[in-house]
Amino acid sequence: MSELIASALTRRVRDTTLIENASFKLSQGELVVLLGPNGSGKTSLIQTSLGLSAPTAGRAILDDHDTRYMSPIKRAKTLAYLPQMRPLAWPGYVYDVVALGRFAHGVTLGKLGSEDAAAVERALTDCDLTALARRQVHTLSGGELARMHCARAFVAQTPLLIADEPTAALDPRHQFRIMDLIAAYVRDGGGALVVLHDVQLAARYASRLIWMQRGCIVADGPPDETLDADRLRQIYGVDASVDGKLVTIDGVAG
Amino acid sequence: MTVARWLNPCLLFACLLALFAACLLGSTSLPAERVVAALLGQAEHGEHIVVWSIRLPRALAAFLVGAALGLSGAALQGLLRNPLAEPGVLGVSATASLAATTTLYYGLAAYSAWVLPIAAITGALLATAFLAIAAVRTQSVVTLILIGVGLSSFAGAAMSLILNLAPNPFSLSDMVNWMLGSVANRSFTDIGLVFPFILLGAVILLTTRRGLSALTLGEEAANGIGLNLQRQRIYTVLGAGLATGASVALAGVIGFVGIVAPHLIRPLVGYDPARSLIPSALLSGLILVLADIGVRLIPTSSELKLGVVAALIGAPVFVWIAMQRRAGHE
Repeated sequence: MSELIASALTRRVRDTTLIENASFKLSQGELVVLLGPNGSGKTSLIQTSLGLSAPTAGRAILDDHDTRYMSPIKRAKTLAYLPQMRPLAWPGYVYDVVALGRFAHGVTLGKLGSEDAAAVERALTDCDLTALARRQVHTLSGGELARMHCARAFVAQTPLLIADEPTAALDPRHQFRIMDLIAAYVRDGGGALVVLHDVQLAARYASRLIWMQRGCIVADGPPDETLDADRLRQIYGVDASVDGKLVTIDGVAG
Repeated sequence: MTVARWLNPCLLFACLLALFAACLLGSTSLPAERVVAALLGQAEHGEHIVVWSIRLPRALAAFLVGAALGLSGAALQGLLRNPLAEPGVLGVSATASLAATTTLYYGLAAYSAWVLPIAAITGALLATAFLAIAAVRTQSVVTLILIGVGLSSFAGAAMSLILNLAPNPFSLSDMVNWMLGSVANRSFTDIGLVFPFILLGAVILLTTRRGLSALTLGEEAANGIGLNLQRQRIYTVLGAGLATGASVALAGVIGFVGIVAPHLIRPLVGYDPARSLIPSALLSGLILVLADIGVRLIPTSSELKLGVVAALIGAPVFVWIAMQRRAGHE
């Protein structure tokens, strides 16, 4: 079983504390949603726990290796990372972008081995992209692009996945589609950490919620233990009512 | 897919044809069978000299310079994720040329034949490394091009200063040749001095090209799929610096080929930077060999400089590509 364990991570840049003493664990078989207002340090927490930026204190261990000193290839074989979506540099083809997900397995575009090609086909099918495989990326809609990036993460067939706002700027239907894909990945034995801004979506899909505020993790537990009206008021400053998985946000707290 | 498979063989064939044509054509054109005889060493003395000492080395120099610049351009475009990145535009060629002319000015080049190429390569490496650091710090494509323009202008100004202070008309014309870029009167010895560096640069760029595909996704995602960013930057900078510096040592500053060829090649290779390297190198080489044939055939009172012709064709293409970029793209 693969595990990512962050212990007491702190990251400061000059005088600004981005994350402070943050500890969490990500294991296979759980879908963890990371929640918190803009600027609360969610992306910094992810980047630091992956070793992409250096912690000021603390460390993150991925299967017995400190991520800061792990080779990118080795890390990529255990954990797939989807950063916040950025426009691609070149208008390449969907098939090639998905195939790049197997970079750590030695993929060379245009010359895929049979195992890699099979993995790409499967990821394309899973994400309902087969018909779009020969399309150039700049012709895709936002929802299609998001699915392509999911396929790029799944194609690596890693036990763990971290996705930073994979549903940003998507309509409700596509948000559910992306979350369904990630939920299916978790049902198949994967472990996913997903940053979301939509509390209702988080309540519906998460097996665990991690709440962040001002660089600190303020709560970590299943939705029925950590999600309530007080929490939403404290974290986001909104008035809300919570009834099981149904979250209604009424407006800015007075 | 089929286009991609035939691209390299076709380009290679076209290059060989162009090199052969370069041996045929000139102030006095030779018939094909006499060129073949000369190439096989069975021609009379005069024709042997024309082919082996004048036309073939000149054409080969044009090809090598073009290939080095096309390869460096395609690799830098992949690294910086910008179709306008090119040794000329970014000031790499100008810095290399400044370093080379400095050795001429101080008479250092007279000590050993290696001084000038090594100076040019050092200049190119410094400029490329500077740009790579700037690229990491700014993250903005536009800023990077502006930094390149600044670097280019600075090197140009320093060159003008050197020209201003040039001790005698001979060194002045030497330096002007450098700035304008030409492959006239190059010998196999000249080529031999720079070829190892071009080859080394090409080997480095080609063995690390896979990382350029990964960079299509952006640096963070590329790292996420397993690319060692630091290492990729160092290798690409090193490879492009070696190849560009060596090409400047051979022919002076020849701009814009490194933009035009990759731009034409990209759609044919699925916009994959890694797969664009070899065809871009071949096409750039082909373009320069053909342009140099043109330079030799156009009847002007004094011969046109290859670098001038390349810029006259390339600069408008640069502007056109820049205008094609969608606003708001990065």
